Amino acid sequence: MSVEQEERAIRCLVAKVGLDGHDRGAHVIARAFRDAGFEVVYSGLHRAPEDIVQAAVQEDVDVLGISILSGAHNTLVPKVIDGLKEYDAFEDTLVLVGGIIPDDDEAELKQLGVAEVFGPGTPMEETIEFIRNNVSERA
Amino acid sequence: MDGSAATALSDADADLVEELLSGSHRALARVITRIENRSTGHRGIVSRLHEHTGGADVIGITGSPGAGKSTLVDKLAAAYRDRGDTVGVVAVDPSSPYTGGAVLGDRIRMGSNVGDMDVFFRSMSARGQLGGLSMATADAVKALDAFGKDVVIVETVGAGQNEIDIVRTADTVAVLVQPGSGDDIQTLKAGILEIGDVFVVNKADMDGAERTLAELEEMVHRRESPTAGLDTGHHGFDAPTHPDDESDGGGVDDADGSGEGDDASDAEWTPDVTRTVANTGEGVEDLIATFDAHARHLRESGEIEETKRLRYAEEIRTLVRADVGTLASGEIERHGGIDALAEAVRRRETDPYTVAAEVVAPIEACVERAERDGNETE
Repeated sequence: MSVEQEERAIRCLVAKVGLDGHDRGAHVIARAFRDAGFEVVYSGLHRAPEDIVQAAVQEDVDVLGISILSGAHNTLVPKVIDGLKEYDAFEDTLVLVGGIIPDDDEAELKQLGVAEVFGPGTPMEETIEFIRNNVSERA
Repeated sequence: MDGSAATALSDADADLVEELLSGSHRALARVITRIENRSTGHRGIVSRLHEHTGGADVIGITGSPGAGKSTLVDKLAAAYRDRGDTVGVVAVDPSSPYTGGAVLGDRIRMGSNVGDMDVFFRSMSARGQLGGLSMATADAVKALDAFGKDVVIVETVGAGQNEIDIVRTADTVAVLVQPGSGDDIQTLKAGILEIGDVFVVNKADMDGAERTLAELEEMVHRRESPTAGLDTGHHGFDAPTHPDDESDGGGVDDADGSGEGDDASDAEWTPDVTRTVANTGEGVEDLIATFDAHARHLRESGEIEETKRLRYAEEIRTLVRADVGTLASGEIERHGGIDALAEAVRRRETDPYTVAAEVVAPIEACVERAERDGNETE
């Protein structure tokens, strides 16, 4: 139906957490996601983990992409994930981390529930493809 | 079409509605997604929510891009929270007509309310065509209303005809203008002017603010004159229904019949022109006071009922038109598809009127049969 026609779009939150002012990468990603047909909400800089959780829950995003270049990922990412769980939003949100993450930490983040970690130089298409393939099917 | 089937609720959806009503943010967010996607079952959800709505003051904020809508909405939300109200915000941003993608940037401005879950902020992309956008926005407002928000703010894209549609979902409409935008005011005259209950000169610390204020004042007062009663916004519908309105009777229809409009006549709302500096929050308290005054005016004059009736009438029409349109689309397919029909017309084998009559004939037949059956059973 014209009003009824399903118009499913993949919604993403591109988030910058903590004391990290480097947002060029986040901007580039946001734009690439938009051009891929996603609806992108950008958090803005210097957000606390609970701000990110609030945004992810209210915007009901399919994908949460956290960009961290400050090295504080081991502190911040678990807080975000716990927050999502608190609002029953963890199960069907695809959590991605982008930035400079050492290999050991990457394994640990994945253990926590991060679906994938994308380092510097990852082709944009790879990230977009990953999202398309892994975003959870919702009712 | 069976109405009860279209609004039937699956068990899972019924649970979702229950969760929303009991205050789950997750459920509210999910319901808005369903509404936005126009996904199967959303009609049932919205129709179940309807009886729980009506408690919120709905405020629409519109104005040209860069006027400071998002920043003002942030400050408004914070001020409402300060006095203990809970707030819902629906912010609409444009989407790419090519990819459908969008960057929804309004949230970045919500600096005063981050971490406050009692401000429920939701970005929506202007995905829609065919009026789908305004429908989805109106339904999202209902979800926030049913959730129990005291105030719901709708922030529009910032340009074009869509504004008027979206803003129709609001009880009180504020139009934002920035100083020195003489040309903007020229363009405002065309459509946006009629829908404003409050005009706000934002960035009032900038040069030219006084002049813009004066220009708006002048426009507002010109609009009050009886000859200006040709507008088409929701106030345009209201104005002629006042019994002692000076336009002579052409538009008087006593639909409400209760005469509640009588005591409204002496309290015609004159749009307010106010000034704010959204960055610093200056003037926000006054603006809220104006919103309150307008809400009070709507209630005391009984205008709110008229406004709501008109809104629901428009909603019913939109839905019916869409549903009938779907039936018609199906018939077009059955007649060989629109391309084949158009080609036949191009080759002069038939003409558009004949085609339309043929396509509609089966629907007409059904309606006639239904009428006959209805008459027999009476």
